[in-house]
Amino acid sequence: MDNIQLEQFIKSLDNDLDIKLGKQFPEVTVPASKLYYIARQLREREEALFDFLFCLTGVDYGSELGVTYHLRSTRYGHSVVLKVRTTDRENPEFQSVTNIWKTAEFHEREVFDLLGIKFTGHPDLRRLFLESSFGFPLRKDYSDDVNVVTR
Amino acid sequence: MGIKGISEEEFKDNESLELLKEPGSGIFLTKIDDVINWGRKNSLWPLTFATSCCGIEMMATGAPRHDFARFGMEVYRASPRQADVIVVAGTIVNKMAPVLKRLYDQMSEPKYVVAMGACAISGGPFFLNSYYTVKGVDHVIPVDVYVPGCPPRPEALLYGMLQLQRRIKAESILSRKKRNESHDVK
Repeated sequence: MDNIQLEQFIKSLDNDLDIKLGKQFPEVTVPASKLYYIARQLREREEALFDFLFCLTGVDYGSELGVTYHLRSTRYGHSVVLKVRTTDRENPEFQSVTNIWKTAEFHEREVFDLLGIKFTGHPDLRRLFLESSFGFPLRKDYSDDVNVVTR
Repeated sequence: MGIKGISEEEFKDNESLELLKEPGSGIFLTKIDDVINWGRKNSLWPLTFATSCCGIEMMATGAPRHDFARFGMEVYRASPRQADVIVVAGTIVNKMAPVLKRLYDQMSEPKYVVAMGACAISGGPFFLNSYYTVKGVDHVIPVDVYVPGCPPRPEALLYGMLQLQRRIKAESILSRKKRNESHDVK
């Protein structure tokens, strides 16, 4: 499918989604409650078949935290980007997509490690690189006067 | 009898062999420091230890084109017990620091450290705004030679290793213990 057909397909899954075209990949902003459903549909529908999660990124937008999923279909060669956001900085939480794409297991652990975003349903959500007492260093409001040297 | 190009008289000149049996021959005098240092400096065995891109340059230094082996540093040892020098080639993060310290402690005396590249010297490109980099490997272990560069070219590392040889040459068995004092845990 090309990007316009993809847009129509995603609209057919859920008409309320905000889809942006014009960049390399169509960007779909998904509310956190619908994320798992949309992801599952994109993975399993025969005409979409996004079987490859090639990038999972945690993002700190300043006031919001979010996760970006880059999906690709190895059969059709089309790609799409899913974005979720939350304003809850104290206890950000999204549904895990590990049982849709196995590779998300490690990526979600990394996002949890560096940004403190929790993923419900993740089989083994532990810190990946840092000690458990460490903060979340990729957050915009992270500060460490001891280790970080600033100009 | 004779070999073409060598005159026959030379075959009769075997006095030098007999000289070795004379009393007092086969002895030469030197300082014990000089003998030990001569031996040490000409067979520096580095530890196989590289944490990032500097390691590639270190490998290039060991490879035939630049050929470290000319100076007796040919054998990279995979065990710290058998290594004389650790070339810290690359970034050391906080989690790696205890491992590096342990490797250093496992090396037998005499042991030397070369800090290769900007990261090992000061944290380099990760000095500012970095939350998990050791800003200079000399926070963890005592360093003998610093080789600047990002990464240093093989020639630079080779130069650094030759400087280390000079340093070893100037060492004395009486003063060697001092070098670790700054980093000893009391």
